[in-house]
Amino acid sequence: MSYLHSIGEYIIMIKGVFGRMTKRSVLKELIFKEIDELIIGSLGIVAFLSFFIGGVVALQTALNLNNPLIPKSLVAYAARQSIILEFSPTFISIIMAGKVGSFITSSIGSMRVTEQIDALEVMGVNSLNYLIFPKIVAMLTYPFVIAISMFLGITGAYAAAVFGGFLSPEDFIGGLQDDFIGFHIFYAFFKTFLFAMILATVPAYHGYYMTGGSLEVGKASTTSFVWTSVVIIVTNYIVTQLLLS
Amino acid sequence: MIEVKDLHKSFAEQDVLKGIDFVFENGKTNLIIGQSGSGKSVLLKSMLGIFTPEKGIIEYDGKAYSDFSPEQKRELRKDIGMLFQGGALFDSMTVEENVMFPLRMFKKGRKKNHLDRVHEVLERVNLGTESRNKYPAEISGGMQKRVAIARAIVNKPRYLFCDEPNSGLDPKTATIIDNLIHELTVEYDITTVVITHDMNSVLEIGENIAFLKEGVLAWKGDKSQIFKTDDETVTDFVYSSDLFKKVRQAQLQGL
Repeated sequence: MSYLHSIGEYIIMIKGVFGRMTKRSVLKELIFKEIDELIIGSLGIVAFLSFFIGGVVALQTALNLNNPLIPKSLVAYAARQSIILEFSPTFISIIMAGKVGSFITSSIGSMRVTEQIDALEVMGVNSLNYLIFPKIVAMLTYPFVIAISMFLGITGAYAAAVFGGFLSPEDFIGGLQDDFIGFHIFYAFFKTFLFAMILATVPAYHGYYMTGGSLEVGKASTTSFVWTSVVIIVTNYIVTQLLLS
Repeated sequence: MIEVKDLHKSFAEQDVLKGIDFVFENGKTNLIIGQSGSGKSVLLKSMLGIFTPEKGIIEYDGKAYSDFSPEQKRELRKDIGMLFQGGALFDSMTVEENVMFPLRMFKKGRKKNHLDRVHEVLERVNLGTESRNKYPAEISGGMQKRVAIARAIVNKPRYLFCDEPNSGLDPKTATIIDNLIHELTVEYDITTVVITHDMNSVLEIGENIAFLKEGVLAWKGDKSQIFKTDDETVTDFVYSSDLFKKVRQAQLQGL
């Protein structure tokens, strides 16, 4: 029953987010601030992870290809497929659930604990719109982060495979172009968009409706990370089943 | 003026307010006092529209809040200033930005005019220029309360609500904050409602006092009457501290 209650509360929250809008000039400023905090602030860790995980994927594939009948260009093909289809959209999103999601939950949760949300409401501000709408708009730019992650992941794979002496640059480029299906890019960005909405709203829900004190803010951040990850994984499965099977 | 008539509010079948009748007068500091759990905060939140009472009427200058349209309720909120127990200042904003927030949200006009008004109220609450660009975490508790008061009055409200304004403050700062609230009430001619269980506040600014006990209005009067009453429910509360107990004993002994 509590799950149903939470789902209902989440839906009501989303309705409230798109309710009475905050003054446009204030909203514009908030959106840029959120883009800076949520998106720009995450680029460093995303770039670092993508480059090295891309490299590791290429290394692992190269090291496990012992059959001389399998072309070496498969290393690039495998790296491309795993990075574009799963690593960048899904696993970077789960990492972001830890970084961005926890930040959203703890910042909104702290505002709840210190009565800042009550202050907004008493002033006549739609606190849901003021706090969550700018985050949703900022997260619309999240696919750009994933595009950068894809590029750097493949760059990392190239560096590991070519400079590691496993295959030539021509083999890598050839493998990268083998059996390329454009729809996979649509699939990757479609689910990235869904994950962005999950990353903006599920942690916000856990922060906004939390009760208790500062200890509970920490607990809410952990719960938020767990549930955001679960929702991303389940959504990933459903979208993959619907679009690719 | 705010008037509550026969106000009832319950949570999970527990009656918290059991028919409160009281008039919060304009131009006076109206105090709601009582022990923890007596229903003070619930009464305040019901008056603010955060809680919806099961029964009873809350009238703002003769108009029932329950009859207000959503638009009228929003308009009314612009006439309300609220001082929260912990200040509830926005952590991510400087002192100046915190005070300017209600103006930015609801008032049209140039930023310079808004800033002039912000500086005016910050000076009124005796906050110097050096604190304007500091964040709430960088200033003392007393200064945070002053900023919160400045934010509450910047929009020239008609009603000011204060939830335990001097909790966590030393006695001297608490007195300064109490006096500031009283001065602003007279100066702006507003209806001020203060929740407190601090007897020093009662002594300082208690012009119109509602004493709540277990959700019932047990006594009403002013600061001169509260120390003279023989009503046991009130005297139990008033003389609960050692200092006031000694004052009471001295009173009874005719000293």
